[in-house]
Amino acid sequence: MSAALFDHVLGLADDALVSAQRMGWWISRAPELEEDVALANIGLDQLGQARTLLDYAGRVEGAGRGEDDLAYLRDDREFRNVWLVERPQTDFGVTVARLLVFAAYQSELYAALSRSTDATLAGVAGKAVKEVAYHLDHAARWVVRLGDGTDESHARMQAALEAEWPFVDELFTPADAGLVEQGIAADPAGLRPAVLDRVAAVVGEATLTLPEVAPAVGGGRRGLHTEHLGYLLAEMQHLARSHPGATW
Amino acid sequence: MNRDWPLWEVFIRSRRGLSHGHVGSLHAPDAEMALRNARDLYTRRSEGVSIWVVPASEIVASSPDERDSFFDPAGDKVYRHPTFYDVPEGVQHL
Repeated sequence: MSAALFDHVLGLADDALVSAQRMGWWISRAPELEEDVALANIGLDQLGQARTLLDYAGRVEGAGRGEDDLAYLRDDREFRNVWLVERPQTDFGVTVARLLVFAAYQSELYAALSRSTDATLAGVAGKAVKEVAYHLDHAARWVVRLGDGTDESHARMQAALEAEWPFVDELFTPADAGLVEQGIAADPAGLRPAVLDRVAAVVGEATLTLPEVAPAVGGGRRGLHTEHLGYLLAEMQHLARSHPGATW
Repeated sequence: MNRDWPLWEVFIRSRRGLSHGHVGSLHAPDAEMALRNARDLYTRRSEGVSIWVVPASEIVASSPDERDSFFDPAGDKVYRHPTFYDVPEGVQHL
């Protein structure tokens, strides 16, 4: 059972970690200084969630690996994050569209996990649920502002939504049946209606249309990733791997 | 056309019972986003429990040119300070 739990906690942690790394790309690049800080804050919230979860994953595994070992010394095939968070987000519309979906998913996920029979997961989720409520609010306001803005911002926001939509489905990949049965894991498949309701309400208010596109293949929960994750990890892990054990 | 977002002044109340104090300024397209930007910029380290944002253009400020007539006359009015009372012994909260 601990192998299944290890895998499950890694999935939660890696979603947050990889998303945080992508968010960090915006630092010094956001359209306004104020937005720069807002996106950095959101990334740091996610990083905080990832750290606690990775630390817990290490303890579940019981092989002496800590948060840094898991973050910096695993290769892409050992990462369990979904494809939604690993692709580049150098377009602001894509960034807020993705954050809308991801924060809506995390809001429902953490709300469910805060009732987990696993005390650590319940604790992490209980704290994170307030953080992701703010992420969702931030994303929703931008999606509405841009979607219901000028002709150009509407078109670009719709295009961003279309670009992200194939990757929504993977969020709802069923979790390990044993973990769900014991009340440890929240089954993502069960979160789908509530998550999509939250997203649809914002998309409607933004005068946008929910895309109808085929889902991507996915496979992140099994360690199968797009080519983008390798480049992300190269940048994220470079320092720690070049100077093993360095501290400052 | 001015494409820059307008300037807002930010006031934070650090805890209940205190008044809002000016902490700085920021840019935002409207009041709603000004409030959220203020949350992100000025309350990251638990500095406050309440935020006010005010359009900088709405603030009327005294002019440095008027400083003499505005402020100097108060300089020699020592009787306006509560320094001429004997505090009875044992009084703690005066």
